[in-house]
Amino acid sequence: MPSPGYREPTSPHADRRPRDHGEPALVVRELTKRFGDRVAVDAVSFSVGAGEVFGFLGPNGAGKTTTVRMLGTLVAPTSGSAVVAGLPVTEANGVEIRQRIAVMTENPGLYLRLTVTENLEFFAGLYGIRQPHDRIAAALAAVNLGSRATDFCGSLSKGLRQRVGLARALLNDPAVLFLDEPTSGLDPVATREVHDLIDGLRERGVTVFLTTHRLEEAERLCDRVAILNTSLRTIGRTDELRERLFRKTLLVTTAAPLPDAARVFGSLRAVSRWQPSDGRPASYELVVSDARLAAPAVARALVAADADILSIAEERHSLEDVYLELVDDDVEASAR
Amino acid sequence: MSVGRIAAVVRKELRDYRRNRFTITTTAIMPLIFLISPTVTLLRVPASANAAVVDRSVGVTSLLLLVVPAVIPPIIAAYSVIGERDQGTLEPFLTTPVRRDELLLGKAAAAFLPSVTVAYAIYLVFALVVRFGAARAVGDAVLHTPQVLAQALFTPLIAVWAIWVGIAMSVRARDVRVAQQLATLASLPALGFIALISFRVLTPSVPLAVWLALALLALDTAAWRAVSRMFDRERLVTGTRARRSTRVS
Repeated sequence: MPSPGYREPTSPHADRRPRDHGEPALVVRELTKRFGDRVAVDAVSFSVGAGEVFGFLGPNGAGKTTTVRMLGTLVAPTSGSAVVAGLPVTEANGVEIRQRIAVMTENPGLYLRLTVTENLEFFAGLYGIRQPHDRIAAALAAVNLGSRATDFCGSLSKGLRQRVGLARALLNDPAVLFLDEPTSGLDPVATREVHDLIDGLRERGVTVFLTTHRLEEAERLCDRVAILNTSLRTIGRTDELRERLFRKTLLVTTAAPLPDAARVFGSLRAVSRWQPSDGRPASYELVVSDARLAAPAVARALVAADADILSIAEERHSLEDVYLELVDDDVEASAR
Repeated sequence: MSVGRIAAVVRKELRDYRRNRFTITTTAIMPLIFLISPTVTLLRVPASANAAVVDRSVGVTSLLLLVVPAVIPPIIAAYSVIGERDQGTLEPFLTTPVRRDELLLGKAAAAFLPSVTVAYAIYLVFALVVRFGAARAVGDAVLHTPQVLAQALFTPLIAVWAIWVGIAMSVRARDVRVAQQLATLASLPALGFIALISFRVLTPSVPLAVWLALALLALDTAAWRAVSRMFDRERLVTGTRARRSTRVS
């Protein structure tokens, strides 16, 4: 596991809190899929609120796409149940569920010999949209592609094709939008554009189910995340997951090593444990129960000890740390 | 079943065929081969030929012309499912509310329209050339009402059979070319009855033609139902067949 490193105590989304998402858009109970003897998804349960952007993370082969396919009624579960956009996933409900949702697969799957508009006309026809031209224009405007409507999809870059795929997914005004690795293979600029589009969907209240193995993407976009590795490893807001998995740590850096660090930190009630930071001569890691209470006490103790303080910061664990903590456990377990 | 969704599939398919150079080239060149040989054969029948020779020649050439609706549709239909899978469009397509039979009928209709149009056009050219270029007896035999009716009736029925065979191969095969070749071969048995009539093993008559047409119609319907049963979303997406009890519509 890589060193957590020193991070700024705040991030652009550190104060993000889930909104009141009301009735769940997705409810999944003990969903399982086996292909022969191989278990692809094992007894997965979770729910996603309406209007929530939900991240579904996991390594390649973890079962993310299989889960999306089950919820999108492409693949029948072996056991378990799910309710999608208010309808139980059953053979009889397949058409109605697909009418209410949209799935953007990893490959945007466009007809390259058709123009952007022709592609969207086709899908509008499949969704039974009667006056499709206004809807198509609105979907293209939402992804900033109005000027490319008559271009053949074969002539578009991968990033633009991904945007057309997203426009297609918006055509039927879905209650739940499944995005399967939407930024896979995109350059940073195109990735940023897709992220902005997902942010736009959040503002419009669309429920987004985002599968990705790009952790910074999930951290940036999602209200909550679930980490899957065949079975569900954890679920929650990223800050909750950090708290659940990692002890709170204050990182203290002084201008010079403390002559008697044990006396300075050992006497503080707010500090349960401390140790010198690896490879940093004047840095210390302090395990605390509440960083906000402990930091002033630590500062006072350092001042009393005549130490020159360079920084006192709470160690921030990224979603990547959470992910690696959980997935590495699986790798170690499978190696045993 | 939604006519709108079927129409959407047909429209998309026709747009795609129109811009697919391979499909256009094949559907343009192959019928010409089947046009030239019978036309030349009949143009070379002398005016002095007896009725038996004329009948045999016209029978053989009529059969050759009915090969056109048997060989063109598989080229198009065999591409219908595996072609979607190859270009990565199948899964997005299947995530829409389209029903299995809407998808299949749309694909079939889209293959039917160009195939039958080409087959009729080829027959029209053949009939005109023979009428004005061949011996009078030959021209009369080709434009004899039962001959014309047989072409008009059997062309679409054979084409529909060939289309379902093509789609069946497309559902199961892993390569477009293999699907096209297998589908073309598998379409030819439909010509068996026609061959028996053409070679006078069976005596042609209106009742026989009607019975034969009904038999082909029944075969076409059975083929549609069989292909519909073969069409399994899960198998197409994952390569693994869903258990019957958990199949998704």
